[in-house]
Amino acid sequence: MSDDKNNAYWSANLRIIMWSLAVWALVSFGFGILLRPVLSGIAVGGTDLGFWFAQQGSIIVFLALIFNYAWRMNKLDCEHGVDEQ
Amino acid sequence: MDQFTINLLFVGASFALYIGIAVWARAGSTSEFYAAGRGVHPVTNGMATAADWMSAASFISMAGLIAFTGYDNSTFLMGWTGGYVLLALLLAPYLRKFGKFTVSEFIGDRFYSKTARLVAVICLIVASTTYVIGQMTGVGVAFGRFLEVSNTAGLLIGACVVFAYAVFGGMKGVTYTQVAQYVVLILAYTIPAIFISLQLTGNPIPGLGLFGTHEASGEPLLAKLDQIVTELGFNEYTSHHGDTFNMVLFTLSLMIGTAGLPHVIMRFFTVPKVSDARWSAGWALVFIALLYITAPAVGAMARLNITEMFWPDGTDQAAVSVETIESAPEYDWMLTWQKTGLLDWEDKNGDGLIQYYNDGSEAMAAMAAANGWAGNELTKFNRDILVLANPEIANLPGWVIGLVAAGGLAAALSTAAGLLLAISSAVSHDLMKGQLTPNISEKGELLSARIAMAVAIVVATYLGLNPPGFAAQTVALAFGLAAASIFPALMMGIFSTRINNHGAVAGMVAGLLVTLIYIFLHKGWFFIPGTNSFTDADPLLGTIKSTSFGAIGAAINFTVAYTVSSLTKELPAEIRQLVESVRVPRGAAAAQADH
Repeated sequence: MSDDKNNAYWSANLRIIMWSLAVWALVSFGFGILLRPVLSGIAVGGTDLGFWFAQQGSIIVFLALIFNYAWRMNKLDCEHGVDEQ
Repeated sequence: MDQFTINLLFVGASFALYIGIAVWARAGSTSEFYAAGRGVHPVTNGMATAADWMSAASFISMAGLIAFTGYDNSTFLMGWTGGYVLLALLLAPYLRKFGKFTVSEFIGDRFYSKTARLVAVICLIVASTTYVIGQMTGVGVAFGRFLEVSNTAGLLIGACVVFAYAVFGGMKGVTYTQVAQYVVLILAYTIPAIFISLQLTGNPIPGLGLFGTHEASGEPLLAKLDQIVTELGFNEYTSHHGDTFNMVLFTLSLMIGTAGLPHVIMRFFTVPKVSDARWSAGWALVFIALLYITAPAVGAMARLNITEMFWPDGTDQAAVSVETIESAPEYDWMLTWQKTGLLDWEDKNGDGLIQYYNDGSEAMAAMAAANGWAGNELTKFNRDILVLANPEIANLPGWVIGLVAAGGLAAALSTAAGLLLAISSAVSHDLMKGQLTPNISEKGELLSARIAMAVAIVVATYLGLNPPGFAAQTVALAFGLAAASIFPALMMGIFSTRINNHGAVAGMVAGLLVTLIYIFLHKGWFFIPGTNSFTDADPLLGTIKSTSFGAIGAAINFTVAYTVSSLTKELPAEIRQLVESVRVPRGAAAAQADH
């Protein structure tokens, strides 16, 4: 397999990681902590959206991120012919 | 049947199950001992990882931490789950592709340095040993409370059971017992929570009940809780009180630390393929999330239940009387826990009632003076009893209490076994085979792994019986070491082709030393009381507490490693090839066959 092909695979992987980590930081440090005052107008069950993200929402998003990563990477492996046989 | 017999039945049955698995899953080779023959299904591994990860701290302490602090302690929820995103995206698939047995082995090979491997082994052993002490004391406490045997006897029984499946079964035995332990612990955690959620909100799913309506008052549960705790002078439950910067840093440190803990990482060596490692991290978080989404509900509901027990007619009416506590059956749990010394009350003003309020609040001082209160009369309430006493507080049937006893033990034992396995493989594979006796045969290595495991159990049991005074603080140390040294080294090893042997060693040592010194400055040198120059209430650097320093230690590690590497020689070609090969999944099965 050529180096170019490997590089394309690796940079596609890095792009997915970057986007995933951006969302990871946004829901936990962002919505859950730093941006909580900005979101305080949105009511959720007796409190506000920031509290929900801090205690529940971020965990649900983390799950979605990991499964999304696994699914996209396993597909990417096949497209670039580097999957396990 | 009395409660003692029920508890004995539940704990006895769960232990018999673990021993049964031990007999069935004996390890015959080093590959089975270290990595369960790399034949574990990703969902099975996810479940085992969840039990491996969720310790006595998650099971027993976390809901209590949230209950008495509220929003500010959301850090534990986000930190201890967010680490799995880092693990799944940045470490697990590549380390599985590398296809060896220990975390330190990757660091040693990638940085072509025995020193790097040794530094990693030292971090691993210190972090895992300090962590295991807490698990062993947890086993002793759970036994003491539920089976009315002494802490010592309880701990010895627990140690014998771990010995049976970990020494003979290695990773294979540990994996399948962890699966059984996960089932026990998740049932034990969620069943009482479901009952309580139904009682308070009518919703059978505790995570939804938390944001639902409190049926007795018709208000949202959290609004009701905010109201009742502020009436008693406590901080509002849902609002933020601490320092924001420290909260961010602490959450980040917990995330990086979680991703860098060797006993969790090594679980991903057991699956057959790289793609399985990716799925498996997701499944692990699914099983962890079942508990972590329930925990904040358990915390908030228990806080509401407990407060209402002391003010049965509302906070503007008379408090509960001493006579009621001593005679009414729904207060029986208070008498039971008073015996353990973890819960106590005192009628300070002699009015026959127990007033529970925040006597540190200035706003309450005037009210207390007007009502003739002489201070908070709930004199002791250890946060750790919250989960264990919860079924009794909510008046649930006896079998639920028995289940919780077995669940607490399962959480502590499964984590202890994972940690002991990390320690023994570091000793036999990294120290013996890697450095001292490289020509050791497969059989010899397997024997030395078993001996190392047995010795580790004896040491951990001794430390559990005689916990050093610093035991409670050492979990912060374990996370600090994992975050400041292990995680950055692994990540740079995979994602950088510039970091060389000198850079890695300098980075690890710098991150480690600065973090250790920062912790010692605040907690005392080698945790000896009185030798600290600062406290976490007034830290050295701004608002950064010593428990939040792991993330800064990691940043120091990255910076030093890059600087030193850019000043020294480039990577040799064969190491560059190693990095390239770790980055692509193809060939993982071949790496396995080499062994």
